[in-house]
Amino acid sequence: MTSIAKTAGLAVTASLCSAAPALAQSIDERVNQIFASSTGWFVNFIFSPFPGTSFPWIVMWLVVAATVFSIYFGFVQFRTFGHALRLVRGDYSDPDDAGEVSHFQALATALSGTVGLGNIAGVAVAVGIGGPGATFWMILAGLLGMASKFTECTLGVKYRNEYADGHVSGGPMYYMTKGFAERGLPGGKILAVMFSIFCILGSLGGGNMFQANQAHAQITNVVGDYPGWITGLVFAGIVFAVIVGGLQSIAKVTEKIVPFMGVLYVVTAVVILLLNYDRIGWAFGQIFEGAFTGLGVAGGMVGALIQGFKRAAFSNEAGVGSAAIAHSAVRTKEPITEGFVSLLEPFIDTVVICTMTALVIVITGQLMTDPETGLYMVTEGGMIQTVDGNSGVALTSAAFSASFGWFRYILALAVILFAFSTMISWSYYGLKAWTYLFGEGETKELVFKVIFCIFVVIGAAASLGPVIDFSDAAIFAMAVVNIFALYFLMPIVKGELTSYLERLHSGKIKKYT
Amino acid sequence: MASKIVVGYDGSGSAKRAVDFAVGTAKAQGKTLVIAHVLEWSPYSFLTPMELEERHKRRNEELQRAETAVLNPLMQDLADSGVEITTALKYGHIAETLVRIARDEEASQVVIGRTGYSALEARLFGSVAGSLAQASPVPVTIVP
Repeated sequence: MTSIAKTAGLAVTASLCSAAPALAQSIDERVNQIFASSTGWFVNFIFSPFPGTSFPWIVMWLVVAATVFSIYFGFVQFRTFGHALRLVRGDYSDPDDAGEVSHFQALATALSGTVGLGNIAGVAVAVGIGGPGATFWMILAGLLGMASKFTECTLGVKYRNEYADGHVSGGPMYYMTKGFAERGLPGGKILAVMFSIFCILGSLGGGNMFQANQAHAQITNVVGDYPGWITGLVFAGIVFAVIVGGLQSIAKVTEKIVPFMGVLYVVTAVVILLLNYDRIGWAFGQIFEGAFTGLGVAGGMVGALIQGFKRAAFSNEAGVGSAAIAHSAVRTKEPITEGFVSLLEPFIDTVVICTMTALVIVITGQLMTDPETGLYMVTEGGMIQTVDGNSGVALTSAAFSASFGWFRYILALAVILFAFSTMISWSYYGLKAWTYLFGEGETKELVFKVIFCIFVVIGAAASLGPVIDFSDAAIFAMAVVNIFALYFLMPIVKGELTSYLERLHSGKIKKYT
Repeated sequence: MASKIVVGYDGSGSAKRAVDFAVGTAKAQGKTLVIAHVLEWSPYSFLTPMELEERHKRRNEELQRAETAVLNPLMQDLADSGVEITTALKYGHIAETLVRIARDEEASQVVIGRTGYSALEARLFGSVAGSLAQASPVPVTIVP
C-alpha cells in the first residue's frame, strides 16, 4: 500500500516537474490576455486622438493646463524657485513647530512616491519610441508642470481635513468638495467621487502593476528568466506585511534608502556623462534636432513630442492630484508655502533625474541610427532599434552598464526599492480615495489593501504593453477630473499668492534664522 | 531679577546629577532654574505617507509622555528644594535647542550631564557636551 502510494507520488512529482514551466508560462499568458481584453476600451478612450490627427487629446489637456497655470500665476515656478529652496531649508519654519511635519519631509515623501520607475523605465520607453527629441519635450513639460503642481498642492493644504485626534486627510477630493462649496459652484461632490474612482484605478495601475511589472523585468534581467507571478507573490507578501501587518519598519528602511539611491543614480549618470564628455554636445544636438524633426522616429516631431509629454506627465504626476494628497500633511500657517515647495518636485523628478536617464541612453549610443541618413532605425512596432534589442528598464540598464558593468546590480536594487516605495505611497493614495468613497473603518480598509496586493501579482505576470497602457490611462483619467477642478479653483490660489508675496516683500513674513 | 540656570534633563542618572548640581548652585547664588527636556528631532528625516498623516497626533502624544514620564516626576522630587523652577519642553537637535533656550531665557549658565559616549560613538554622532561647549553663548558646566 505504502509502496503504491510512493510510486504514484513519485510519478505525480515527476509529471509536475516537467509540466511546471509550461504551466507557469501559461498562467502569465492567461493573465495577460484577460487583462488586455478587459481594459482595452478604457485605454482607447483616454488615448483617443483628435479627429484626423495622431495627437491624443489627453496629452494636450495636461500641457494646456500646465501652460495656463504658468501664465496665470506669472511663471511662479521661476519667480519663487529660490524662495522654495529657502522654505525647504527651514528658514521660515517656526522652531516651536519642530516635531511637526516639515516642508522637507513632505517634499521627500512626495518625491519618493513619484521618483521611481517613471524616471528609469518610463524615460527609456519615451526615448525608445520618440527618440532623443522626446527629451526636449519632456523637460519642457516638466518645467510647465511645476505650475500645475503648485496649484494643486496649495489647494491640498488649504482644504485638508484636520481631525480632533490630530491626524489630517487632504487631497483633490477635499478641495473639490470644500473649494467648490466655498465658491458657490455645484458639482464638487460628483467630481470628488469621480476623482476617487480614478485614483483607486491609478493606484492599482501606475502605482502598482507598472511597478511590479518593471521590477520583475529588472530582476529577470539580472538573474535570468522565470515566471512573473513568482516575483508578484513575493512583492505582494512584503507589501501585505507593510500595509496590512503594519510593519512600518520595512517601509521606514525603504524610505531611508530611496533618497540615497536617487542621489547615487544621478551621480552615476553625471560620471557617465563626464566620461563621454566629448559626446555631450552631440547628444544635446540630437535632442534639439530630434525635438523638431523627429530624426526618423515614428510620427516624426509630433511622435517625439507626444512621447516626451506623456512620460513627463506619468513621471512627475503634475496635474494628476496625487501629490496634493502627500503634501497636505505639512505643518504651516500658509498653505501656499507648500505650493512653492511642491513645485520643486517636477523639477527634481523630470528636469533633473529623467533628463539624466535620457542623456545616458543617448550618449552611450544605445539607439541605432542608419549610417547613411543619420536617422534612427525604426522597427515595425514603431520602436527604435537598440543595440541589444532592449526596451523599458532593460534599455536604461544596458546604457548604464555600458560604462560600469556592475551598475546593473545597483540599478536592479534601485528599481526594486523605487518600485516598492512607489507602491507604498500609492497604496496610501488609493486608500485615501477608497475611504473617501466608502468611509473609514478597518474592514473597509482591509478590503482595499487585499485588492491592492492581488494587483501586485497581476502586474508582475502581465507583459509590459497592456500594463503600461492601463497605468497611463488610469493616472491620466485622474488628471482629467483634477485639472477641471483646478480651473475653477485657481482664483483662490491667485488670492493666496498675491497676499503672500506682498507680505514677503514688505517684510511681514520673516525668516526665523 | 535673578538670572537663570538652564539644565538639560533626559531622565538619565547623569542628568539627575546635573539637576542636583544645578539646584545647589541656584540655591547658593540665588538663581532660578529652567529644566529643559529636548526631544531629538530632525526636520530632514524621511517619513512614510502614513507617518506624515499621523505626525501631529504623535507629536502631541510624545509631548504628553515627556511631561508625565520625565518632567512631572522630577518636579515632584524638587518640590521642596526651595528653588524657583520652570520647565521647557522642545523638539530639535539637542545642543542647538539648549543654546536657543539659554538665549531665549537669558540664562547665565547651562548645566548638563555627561552622556558617556565611547570615543567611536562621539566621533560618529558628535557629543551633546562637545557641541554645546562650542556653541553656547554662556558658560557650560558638564557634570559627570
